[in-house]
Amino acid sequence: MRTIRSMVLVSNDLISMQRGAQDVYDRLQAEIKAYGLDQEISLAMVSDVGRHDALPLVIVYPEAVVYGPLKVEDVHGLVEEHLYKGRIVVNLQASNRELSGKIAWLNTRKGTLPAEQRIVLRRAGIIDPTNIEDYILNDGYATLGKALTYMTPAQVIDEVKKSGLRGRGGAGFPTGTKWGFVAKEKSPKKYVICNADESEPGTYKDRLILEGDPHSIIEALAIAAFAVGADEGYIYIRGEYKLAQERLKLAILQAEEMGFLGQNIFGTAFNFDLRIHCGAGAYICGEETALLESIEGKRGQPRTRPPFPTTHGLFGKPTLVNNVETLANVPPILLNGATWYRSFGTLSSPGTKVFTILGNVNTTRLIEVPMGITLREVIGIYAHGMKNGANFKLAQTGGSSGSIIPASLQDTPMDFDSFAKAGVALGSGALLICNEDTCVVDLAKVLLNFFRTESCGKCFPCRIGTQRACEMLEAIADGRATLKTLDQLMDLSTTLVNLSNCGLGQTAGTPLKDILTYFRAEVEAHIRLGVCPAGVCNTTEAVQ
Amino acid sequence: MPIIKNLEDLKRVREEAHENRKRETAAGQIELIVGLSTCGIAAGARDILKAILEDIQNNNRVRIVVRQTGCIGLCEKEPIVQVVVGDQPKVTYGKVTPEIARRILADHVAGGKVLQNHVINL
Repeated sequence: MRTIRSMVLVSNDLISMQRGAQDVYDRLQAEIKAYGLDQEISLAMVSDVGRHDALPLVIVYPEAVVYGPLKVEDVHGLVEEHLYKGRIVVNLQASNRELSGKIAWLNTRKGTLPAEQRIVLRRAGIIDPTNIEDYILNDGYATLGKALTYMTPAQVIDEVKKSGLRGRGGAGFPTGTKWGFVAKEKSPKKYVICNADESEPGTYKDRLILEGDPHSIIEALAIAAFAVGADEGYIYIRGEYKLAQERLKLAILQAEEMGFLGQNIFGTAFNFDLRIHCGAGAYICGEETALLESIEGKRGQPRTRPPFPTTHGLFGKPTLVNNVETLANVPPILLNGATWYRSFGTLSSPGTKVFTILGNVNTTRLIEVPMGITLREVIGIYAHGMKNGANFKLAQTGGSSGSIIPASLQDTPMDFDSFAKAGVALGSGALLICNEDTCVVDLAKVLLNFFRTESCGKCFPCRIGTQRACEMLEAIADGRATLKTLDQLMDLSTTLVNLSNCGLGQTAGTPLKDILTYFRAEVEAHIRLGVCPAGVCNTTEAVQ
Repeated sequence: MPIIKNLEDLKRVREEAHENRKRETAAGQIELIVGLSTCGIAAGARDILKAILEDIQNNNRVRIVVRQTGCIGLCEKEPIVQVVVGDQPKVTYGKVTPEIARRILADHVAGGKVLQNHVINL
């Protein structure tokens, strides 16, 4: 990645644009280029920063200096003094009066430049995934050797516990604790499973990990098996991921040939066999108990819990199920130690998270950043701003099963606890960024239609609830609904969240709750005025 | 491939591989690395790979190794071709077309001139 020494953000909310933010931006771009600094300084637009007294604003990192209100004539001096010579231009600085609330994040970030930190993806895009030699050259299988030779299973689990690693599949359950549950079961046969049935729309992090670095998952699974006392493992991979399947199969063959899988690995008494099981395109099979049913050859329906898979899993034996990204974190943790891992991210959610950015942004891409980064930073820095300078309206996290996050929450640190406190969920790592041309009713309609189609039909809150929610949303979009429909929808959301058997139905209720909490006015406009404020829904039926 | 029995074996294999790589780069070997993950293939990386291999064959170019790799995280800039000449730093080209790929081979690999217009700054 390109190393930048400084970062310049320009506010581009409506007021700023009226006061000439675009001219300031253009001049900044020209001046930075004129000084030959364009390789070391990044320039981006961020939307509303929350300082309405000093627009248009320019923020310079890593010093976190706020300049404003800025005129085009000021730009030359600013670039020359601050960016070229490195001196803060005091007379252009915005007053400190309102430096609180929304832009308090500026102060907490002072002196740090949020940079990409690659732990999981450190080898992707560098090594040849079909060549085991490349993997070994880059510390491959050294961790497995170290764990088998010098550590006991209890020590491995202890290290993972100390690192504070949490499941990256969406729920954020502490990984070390889960390993401990399986390890303490007394059973001659145990299983470890890698959940690679990544079916969330818009999430493709696991696919790229498997395609770019398949051996790391094999190594991590072997370590996990050693830690919990299992001797057989499965990788449950999504049926559509043909390329990832090919590369994994090849990688398993290579690993078996060199003795990293099979009997007496590294000359110890540890045996481990690994198999691939391909899904057949069902979203529900990403749910861990449905996944177990699917491997057993049954219909992919979630089981009732408890008992949990850690005690009664695959074929009734204690089973460990972990997400691809979670497992990919394990070898670096054991190699470098828990303290090293804790130096990234936040206190409650250490480490990094892989995000896939999509939607109305300038650059759609895959990033790995420390936990606790904010949405504003992701959009401003890594996505290079909103497309066509549009305003950020909402973000949909985690494919379908996350939350709808309004612009007002874009400064919430993205880690499991901060998000839970704000009442939203982080999900599996997809960030769908939407501008103001997106209608929330339309968005919820698309999401609920997805859940309706993918519901397995086992429990009735989900089977009937998703269908009814779809009908209600369609009624709102067509202008046929009444205000009572909204109360019913809220009710239905609670029912889905509380009474569904598995994660699918539980998360189906989240978008309903989110649109009614954060975008109530917009939803009501469909009913009261018969108008879709974003101009997406066709509400003509009400008019007729 | 040798069977690994303990950490010593692993270390030896790694060092051997490392020595091999060093010898190759010291001899001025040229590496062309094509990003072949789903995002790359969807953007046409297979055609690029084909164009490169054909060009190497048609023009009898020697001492070139063509390798594949996964996604480097810049899906929007795919297809990506990375060029490593000997021990010089890696040059990364984005949005490569078969035409640009042939020019990379002719100008950069054979002529030593980097195609600045198509380079992505990482």
